[in-house]
Amino acid sequence: MSKGRYGEYGGQYISETLMNELIYLEEQYNHYMNDPEFVDELNTLLKEYAGRPSLLYYAKRMTEDLGGAKIYLKREDLNHTGAHKINNVLGQVLLAKKMGKTRVIAETGAGQHGVATATAAALLDMECEVFMGEVDTKRQALNVYRMELLGAKVHSVKSGTKTLKDAVNDAFRDWIARVHDTNYVIGSTMGPHPFPMIVRDFQAVISAEARQQFLDKEGKLPNAVIACVGGGSNAMGAFYNFIDDEEVKLIGCEAGGKGVDTPYNAAALTNGKIGIFHGMKSIFSQGDYGQIAPVYSVSAGLDYPGVGPEHAYLRDIGRAQYVPITDEEAVDAFEYLSKMEGIIPAIESAHAVAHAMKIAPEMDKDEIIMICLSGRGDKDVRSIAEYRGVDLNE
Amino acid sequence: MSKIANAFENGTAFIGFLTAGDPTIDKTVEYILAMEEAGCDLIEIGIPFSDPMAEGVVIQDANVRALKHNTTTDDVFDIVSRVRQKTDIPLVFLTYINPVFFYGYEKFFKRCAELGIDGIISPDLPFEEKGEIVDIARKNDVDVISLIAPTSSERIKMIASDASGFIYVVSSLGVTGMRAEIKTDLNAILSDIREVTDLPLAVGFGINTPEQASDISKIADGVIVGSAIVKIIEEHGEDATEALKEYVSSMKNACLE
Repeated sequence: MSKGRYGEYGGQYISETLMNELIYLEEQYNHYMNDPEFVDELNTLLKEYAGRPSLLYYAKRMTEDLGGAKIYLKREDLNHTGAHKINNVLGQVLLAKKMGKTRVIAETGAGQHGVATATAAALLDMECEVFMGEVDTKRQALNVYRMELLGAKVHSVKSGTKTLKDAVNDAFRDWIARVHDTNYVIGSTMGPHPFPMIVRDFQAVISAEARQQFLDKEGKLPNAVIACVGGGSNAMGAFYNFIDDEEVKLIGCEAGGKGVDTPYNAAALTNGKIGIFHGMKSIFSQGDYGQIAPVYSVSAGLDYPGVGPEHAYLRDIGRAQYVPITDEEAVDAFEYLSKMEGIIPAIESAHAVAHAMKIAPEMDKDEIIMICLSGRGDKDVRSIAEYRGVDLNE
Repeated sequence: MSKIANAFENGTAFIGFLTAGDPTIDKTVEYILAMEEAGCDLIEIGIPFSDPMAEGVVIQDANVRALKHNTTTDDVFDIVSRVRQKTDIPLVFLTYINPVFFYGYEKFFKRCAELGIDGIISPDLPFEEKGEIVDIARKNDVDVISLIAPTSSERIKMIASDASGFIYVVSSLGVTGMRAEIKTDLNAILSDIREVTDLPLAVGFGINTPEQASDISKIADGVIVGSAIVKIIEEHGEDATEALKEYVSSMKNACLE
């Protein structure tokens, strides 16, 4: 069996043309992660440029209102570019630069990963092209312009369902033609090995910091860590350093869309089946005969028909639990956190907030929940207004 | 034994590709038979997939057309069954691995054996992941066709020494699609491969003109054409038979020059 396995999941199901490049990427990654100079350079960027460590914020009003467990927010929304995506991107773009590449490409759904990649590329003086589904370029027009402002070229992807999975397809199609000078900076814990490992490692800073912050503030670890899951990078980052702490419940929130009993959701772990796609064996939403299913969510960042292989594995071994959150619940949570704490969360992160709102009242007051607030919600204001039937152009 | 070796007994083989169900199931049967009549030595039948990651726009669009009217894996088997009533031409499937995985490897390859499918090419199943299907395929006399790319370099030996049927040599970086010229040093790659295997070597990706076919036929055992054929089907829809015959015949003649 090939490398990069999480139980039966993972692997390297990808064109032969890319295999040597993936092997080289893994070698270079292992080399640089053991190079103190590289690690130091990356840590400096995370601190001085991205603004790490991110705050662990006690949400007092929310806690009191819900009347149960103490709620903390891990504020990834306060990172430069407004989401956890920058953690991974600084690592991968710096690595690409060290590998002698001159160009990076990325896929993006909501636009956060594209913006982060364009940002890191500007900072590190690399050429950058971002693939984004045509549907998403309309939902997130502001982020398209933001990427262009940062010097990136944005390709509006018109194939397939014109959303995130199609953006991934086109990014791979580009990479296969330009492996010599280009690195594909994947935005989530997905794709062929070594990507799920690399992205998880770069995002693991979230739980490394949070674990220490809890010990410092509370003298104990949280009872539950909750994060939203599309491909699963912020969740993997938030879970990773708690995996060995078996008393800490790990809960991933999938996009339940209009309901998991309707065709309009992106809840792969709830509705999907094992399959092989985008370079990995994992769990995918698929129709009869293994065609990848069109998925739907109010959130462009969770609108992906699969999940990273390590999540599929954590579910199978019972270490993490995955629950669907509907659009309506997420939008309610989006509004709730805005009014309650003065923090507008990304609609993706609002899925995690929604689940905390469900379970906190059932928990004891001396118990603790951490919500990974993966991004800020400025980008979503227009689509939430639309969802609520408010016309901002009037 | 599969029948793949037969394809290479009539000079340089011309291998044609089409997507099953594009434009219809009936027409795919007709077009396969027409291509054979015009000189195709082996035909690759593409099982349509929602996300053909290794394909350029022409074949992507063919997948969309085939899936628009719900061409299923069972429909593709039905096409093969109808073709097999008329001909013994070597046939291989070109398929992404997920439809095969979903169908069930045992069931899929048993059906291949029943219908006389000779090989399978899976663009997302590199050497490291061949173990998914290789034993089951072999048991059912289906060759798992290995791909070698311009970037394979030191992997060539490992891949070629474990290959069966023929070797699919990818001419260029990138996805499938017609190219004005092939820039890769194919001679070097082909001679590296020949050091480790006597299997026939067929070159594909980008080839579309008789001139290219003639050039490739001087150094390889087979010429593979996909996008150019699919383009003819796209342009002529349900009336592509004559245009396909004319094209295939010109390409096969070029292979024999």
